[in-house]
Amino acid sequence: MREYQNIFTAIQVQGEPEMGIPLPRGDDPRIGKGFLSYWAGKIGNAQIGPIYLGTLGVISLISFLLAFNIIGLNFWAQVDYDPVQFVRQLFWLSLDPPAPSYGLTVLPPLQEGGWFMIVGFFLTVSVLTWWLRTYRRAKALGLGMHVPIAFASAIWLFLVLGFIRPVLMGSWSEAVPYGVFSHLDWTNNFSLIYGNLFYNPFHALSIVFLYGSALLFAMHGATILAVSRYGGEREIEQITNRGTASERAALFWRWTMGFNATMESIHRWAWWFAMLTTLTGGIGILLTGTVVDDWSAWAIKHGVLHESGTNIR
Amino acid sequence: MALLSFERKYRVRGGTLLGGDLFDFWAGPFYVGFFGVLTIFFTTLGTALIIYGASLGDTWNIWQINISPPEAEYGLSMAPMREGGLWQIITFCGTFAFISWALREVEICRKLGMGYHVPFAFSVAILAFVTLNIIRPIFMYIADGGESGWSHGFPYGIYSHLEWVNNVGYAYGNFHYNPAHMIAITFFFTTTLALALHGGLVLSSTNPPKGQEVKTPEHEDTYFRDFIGYSVGTLGIHRVGLFLALNAVFWSAVCIIISGPFWVDAWSDWWTWWLELPVFPQDDLVREIGDLPYLDE
Repeated sequence: MREYQNIFTAIQVQGEPEMGIPLPRGDDPRIGKGFLSYWAGKIGNAQIGPIYLGTLGVISLISFLLAFNIIGLNFWAQVDYDPVQFVRQLFWLSLDPPAPSYGLTVLPPLQEGGWFMIVGFFLTVSVLTWWLRTYRRAKALGLGMHVPIAFASAIWLFLVLGFIRPVLMGSWSEAVPYGVFSHLDWTNNFSLIYGNLFYNPFHALSIVFLYGSALLFAMHGATILAVSRYGGEREIEQITNRGTASERAALFWRWTMGFNATMESIHRWAWWFAMLTTLTGGIGILLTGTVVDDWSAWAIKHGVLHESGTNIR
Repeated sequence: MALLSFERKYRVRGGTLLGGDLFDFWAGPFYVGFFGVLTIFFTTLGTALIIYGASLGDTWNIWQINISPPEAEYGLSMAPMREGGLWQIITFCGTFAFISWALREVEICRKLGMGYHVPFAFSVAILAFVTLNIIRPIFMYIADGGESGWSHGFPYGIYSHLEWVNNVGYAYGNFHYNPAHMIAITFFFTTTLALALHGGLVLSSTNPPKGQEVKTPEHEDTYFRDFIGYSVGTLGIHRVGLFLALNAVFWSAVCIIISGPFWVDAWSDWWTWWLELPVFPQDDLVREIGDLPYLDE
């Protein structure tokens, strides 16, 4: 039996690009006229652009480019402005936070963490103005605040790592360095210093939600594609006026595991799982070193880890 | 269990892969089928053996219960029950239960006239499990010249399997430097980001502020074009999500199968091939692996 699995879009309808729902008075005009890309159309919408930039978008982009370039120029200086060594050592280079002796000094000498602090400032401005964008664009179109709230959860983890926890620990040196390998080293050492992060229950929860998110998106994406022959991808329509696509999708899971979400509730599961990944992750980081110094010892005390220090017995 | 209001007309005979009409019925909300019977058999046996294995240990603490694979000396042979034999049977019960479950999903797809995306996706997860506990032990057996084998599987226990991840990670230095692990993590994070955006977008369209009408896919597309200049669309996002999620699982399997059979040193050393490319002058590194200023004081 030949099945139509709908992995790529077979037939593309080409028309004028959509300019989008009209924006309220006072908003800036959108930038660009939009164009169609054949290859983008194979997977999803062919149309690329227009985009709304606005004041917040401009501030966010400039701040990000400043942060990105300050990091890059520091890397470049570290290899004595040698472009070949810059390419060779790119993954090894790092812009590090100030040494512990500087404590919470706002601006140490530039070469000793000052640049790091400036990058942190611009990156934070960039992220926060980008958040305002998610809020303002949703408001302009009369949408709910679900995307801004989820993004705020990610910003929570970002701020815990680079701002809140360093402040509580009394030193910017606790922040994560900017570098490909150095931030991995930081992660590795963070776990070693605090007695193995695997025994941090919030770290465990965060991983559960991370893997759970991958599981949910695999289940949801696959289900919708499987009922796309019945128009299942028109989710809003299926939510407000249940059709056969929704019914089949629900019955598939009901018959498989005895339980099913609805076309709307699956998106609540999705939103909560994804949002809780960074929320619990941030709590786990915040507690480490501030409240708990040694997660293995904590785990032994609370009966999670056997007193011998290993559960593989 | 009551039927859903619309369920009756969908409960049709046929579409089975094996067993014809023999097991073609429902139990409460569950479809049974030949593969449902197989799943129940392997799940019951496997779960019973896990409980039996737990009873042989010295604790009923749910966090500390552990069933370990055989010691290295058993290679790929069958070990006595109390010395890893249980783990071996549980592993095979699990594998067959998972495969039966996937085939039962295929039957349900056929009944409902759906594509096979879900069983395909689930089979990628099965592949990851089989890679960890069957393929890699076999590869390690070959790589070690028969000195080890099943011992490389992960133990069954809520916290003991985390400990295994920890131990295997440090056996290859800092596992974050494993390139396939990097790719897998990137896919996991990206999947979660995309899921938050998709879930949030659909909820924000169907749950607008008080007093406003439910929005349309045109609003969704407009939001994302305004936001980042591109909206992949209602169909596209599900392709993207499935692609991201399956790649996260696939690259996870890759990152562990290459650790041991194909690379035995610290993963941080793997990257020296790049530093030593003949196009680069071999200057000293500005910074070595693990140079972190806060560690000095």
